[in-house]
Amino acid sequence: MSQIAGHLEPYLVLAGILFSIGAFGFLARRNAISMLMSIELMLNAVNLSAVALGVFIPALVGQGIAFALLIIAVAAAEATVGLAIVIAIYRNRKTPLVDEYDTMRQ
Amino acid sequence: MPLPDTLPLIGITWADALFMMLGGVTIAASLFVVLGRDIIRNGLMLILALGALAGIYVMLGAAILAGAQVLVYIGAISVLILFAIMLTQSKAAPAKLTFQSQALPAALIASLLAIIFAITLGTNDWKATVFAGTPAPQGTTSTAAELFGPYLLAFEVVSVLILAAVIGGIYLAAIPRAGQIGAEDDEEVR
Repeated sequence: MSQIAGHLEPYLVLAGILFSIGAFGFLARRNAISMLMSIELMLNAVNLSAVALGVFIPALVGQGIAFALLIIAVAAAEATVGLAIVIAIYRNRKTPLVDEYDTMRQ
Repeated sequence: MPLPDTLPLIGITWADALFMMLGGVTIAASLFVVLGRDIIRNGLMLILALGALAGIYVMLGAAILAGAQVLVYIGAISVLILFAIMLTQSKAAPAKLTFQSQALPAALIASLLAIIFAITLGTNDWKATVFAGTPAPQGTTSTAAELFGPYLLAFEVVSVLILAAVIGGIYLAAIPRAGQIGAEDDEEVR
């Protein structure tokens, strides 16, 4: 009988830690691509919690995985458009650092 | 000779050892993604973190999701991110400051978020509804029944969203030709 891996809480703790790491990266990094990578980490944390809840709560069997599959698809769309925007801005401004994007500052 | 139930000498079960290993790799790799200076290594560490997470999905019995994770995240999104890094890297970038000046408040906010999660986990009574034990492998039948039953509209909307994202990505990343929005005035058609 497994002590840790057979319970819901450790997976949710892992998801919480992962989400916090991603939130820190999104707020603190200067590079736009690093910020997008942090968003991917946060989306994965949400996926992990959705799957864990779907597996461990009998009323949600199947729903967690279906939800996570939809999140993965939306994340793919988000990464496509986000990276295209970063590349388009880089072509004009020659920098990937977000704090140098100050055209609209007064 | 059959394997013992628990790990020799330490006394933790194999499933726990695997979970701790995969979870530790996930957390360490994602910390490297967030804290590392060299952005191309951050991208490679992101692949490692996503791969370890796919292993955790397998532990949870969600093999179809692990497959999707490897195909979409590791196969597509990570490659996209690595290409974007290569396209936007300048020679001066690694020497510059990695973090914003607001890194300390960001760390405080992230810790606050973690504390809120901990409080939420600590106060709720999960035991009433939650099944405990080794997760059984879930087939694809229940997932498919959900995805093509109650979530059918969401499924279709997501497919349209991906189509829009592909077209939008091509439009945004393409070099603007003369006459289009974003083209320089004196630029000839390339």
